[in-house]
Amino acid sequence: MFAQILQQLPQQLLNGLVLGSTYALFALGFTLMFGVLGVINLTYGFYFTTGAFLALYGTKLLALPIWLALPGAAIVTGLIAVLFDAALLTPLRRKKAPELASLMVTLGATLLLYSLMTATFGTEIRRLPPAVISHAAIIVGGIRMNWSQILIMGTTVAIVAALLALIRGTRFGLSMRALAENGEAAQLMGVDTDAVVRLVSLVSGALGATAGVLIGLNFNAIQPYMGESMMLKGFAVIIIGGLGDIKGALIAGLVIGVLEVLTAGFISSSYKDAVGFILLVTTLWFRPVGLFGRAPVKRA
Amino acid sequence: MNKRTLATLALLPIATAAAIWTAPAKAEDVTIGAIEILTGPNSRYGVAIKNGFDLALDEVNKTGVLGGKKLVIQYEDTAGNKDQAVNAARKLIGIGKVPLLLGPTLSNEMFAAGPVANEQKIPIVGTSTTAAGITAIGPYVFRTSLPEGDVIPVTLKAAQTKFGIKKVAVMYANDDAFSKSGYDVFKASLEKLGIQTLTTETFGSKDSDFSAQLTKIKSLNPDAIVVSALVEPASGILLDARSIGLDEKIRFIGGNGFNSPKLGDIAGEAADGTLVGSPWFIAKADAMNTKFVADYRAKYKDDPDQFSAQAYDTLHIVALAIDKAGAAEPEKIKAALQTTKYTGVMGPFSFTDNRDPADSSGVVVLEMKGGKFQILK
Repeated sequence: MFAQILQQLPQQLLNGLVLGSTYALFALGFTLMFGVLGVINLTYGFYFTTGAFLALYGTKLLALPIWLALPGAAIVTGLIAVLFDAALLTPLRRKKAPELASLMVTLGATLLLYSLMTATFGTEIRRLPPAVISHAAIIVGGIRMNWSQILIMGTTVAIVAALLALIRGTRFGLSMRALAENGEAAQLMGVDTDAVVRLVSLVSGALGATAGVLIGLNFNAIQPYMGESMMLKGFAVIIIGGLGDIKGALIAGLVIGVLEVLTAGFISSSYKDAVGFILLVTTLWFRPVGLFGRAPVKRA
Repeated sequence: MNKRTLATLALLPIATAAAIWTAPAKAEDVTIGAIEILTGPNSRYGVAIKNGFDLALDEVNKTGVLGGKKLVIQYEDTAGNKDQAVNAARKLIGIGKVPLLLGPTLSNEMFAAGPVANEQKIPIVGTSTTAAGITAIGPYVFRTSLPEGDVIPVTLKAAQTKFGIKKVAVMYANDDAFSKSGYDVFKASLEKLGIQTLTTETFGSKDSDFSAQLTKIKSLNPDAIVVSALVEPASGILLDARSIGLDEKIRFIGGNGFNSPKLGDIAGEAADGTLVGSPWFIAKADAMNTKFVADYRAKYKDDPDQFSAQAYDTLHIVALAIDKAGAAEPEKIKAALQTTKYTGVMGPFSFTDNRDPADSSGVVVLEMKGGKFQILK
């Protein structure tokens, strides 16, 4: 029994890191949107789906290689996100509508968008062409992984590093932090808040799309509602990590992923899905602002 | 040509069609009713069933029933709505005075329409209703489709004798009634066959990552993995099994959810070697089935599916029973159905005392090869 656990453990830890990276990757754009714009934007799940579909059609119809299809899908989705933000949320921001109104608008928009996608594409699962990425196994010290898994883990770490550098090290990052802290004060200090809002939407949308492409690639299943099923886990990740906290999202994603896999592997797979939410409830119990969150006035 | 003539001309084909449609059955014809989904999102099933009935009807009417009388089917559409199924049953029994009903298409429609027929003492024969409890509605409710509980044991038995499978891991979606009921059947028949279950793993039917469960299963070295799931998670499991490097000799054995061409489309090569049982298969080589498939293709320019095959056999069974009854009367037909024996494209058929199919020897075990199912040899 014990030997059997030891034999499985390294592989299960890798499974957990891969799963955790998908959660973190998904949550990064989501938490950025919340942290800076102060809105729980439910259309985020739709950007995830859109990215996957764009990459699917890019590789299938235009025969693009994945290293072109991925950034292409990310940029196009980012622009869609800017458009949606301008159409749905900017008017509410101008009117200083309460947060609940923004949440409701994005909820309605998301339901509409999913229905439109389902009507256009149907709910059947699609696959990226098999030639897009090799699914052959790479075996390191008895642990099996493949290129899409390595790509997911690598991209997640790279994006976190880039985002932290952007937020902490650039003038634009300073404007973002100012906007997150207090929009009106930032505007009075000469920050072009509309430009910041547009750029944050662009980056978040692009991150959502990147996550959609990579996760669609790894699980080889693309369908309109794929974003919706990720949303719940995404919520757990950004709340545990602290709303708007990039590093927190990474760590919370990895922790949930590893714990889920270990639960399924060594306790019972029936409890796998419960783990994330138990963690969520316990975190909120002891630290209502999340593991890494600070007092609510100092987000991002 | 003036406008009125044009309009009249345009209406002519419609009027003709209506005249044919409403042509009253001649007094000496035997008219039975059929309640199927002929429009709406699930009409694929109902139309396949209607095609199967009509093909068999042509054959039956070469000689007729009850000494040369023509058999006629009066169809009523439910659009998949169980209230409409109830109305259809009332209409066919009350106005159509039919001595027997075929259908409805879905189990939940049968749960609504079956009691109506049973109360009026009109036999009703479901051809596609596989849920548990259908024939428990009452003594006038029959079905010709094999419930899943009869198919799974055949699959497991074949796997046991052919590949010497002794110990298995079991996986099922614990948030889906269909997968759970398939799992219950698997569990019971594994015990009956004396196959050891090493572990039982669950997942959510919307999950896309199964690596944790499969890594655990891999470490237990099973001979096969038994899975009860709908086709989407089933395909995901097969793909993940390939990526965690599960030995390709370990076979997957699936429930009815696996019995879909989509499995090969989504999982591709990873699905190779998967076993699944099916009450019927298009490539079954017996003379009767090859003739059925050829005739069906000639008449409808399309391939028959399991639903058309079940309907095709059912109409032959019903025609035999009417002949045997000697009169188009519900009580006599009911008694005759109970003793009718027939061998059709699904294999040998008779009813149990509880009006379910008695024989599962027609079940074929299929193996996935190169993304397509074929009969396990």
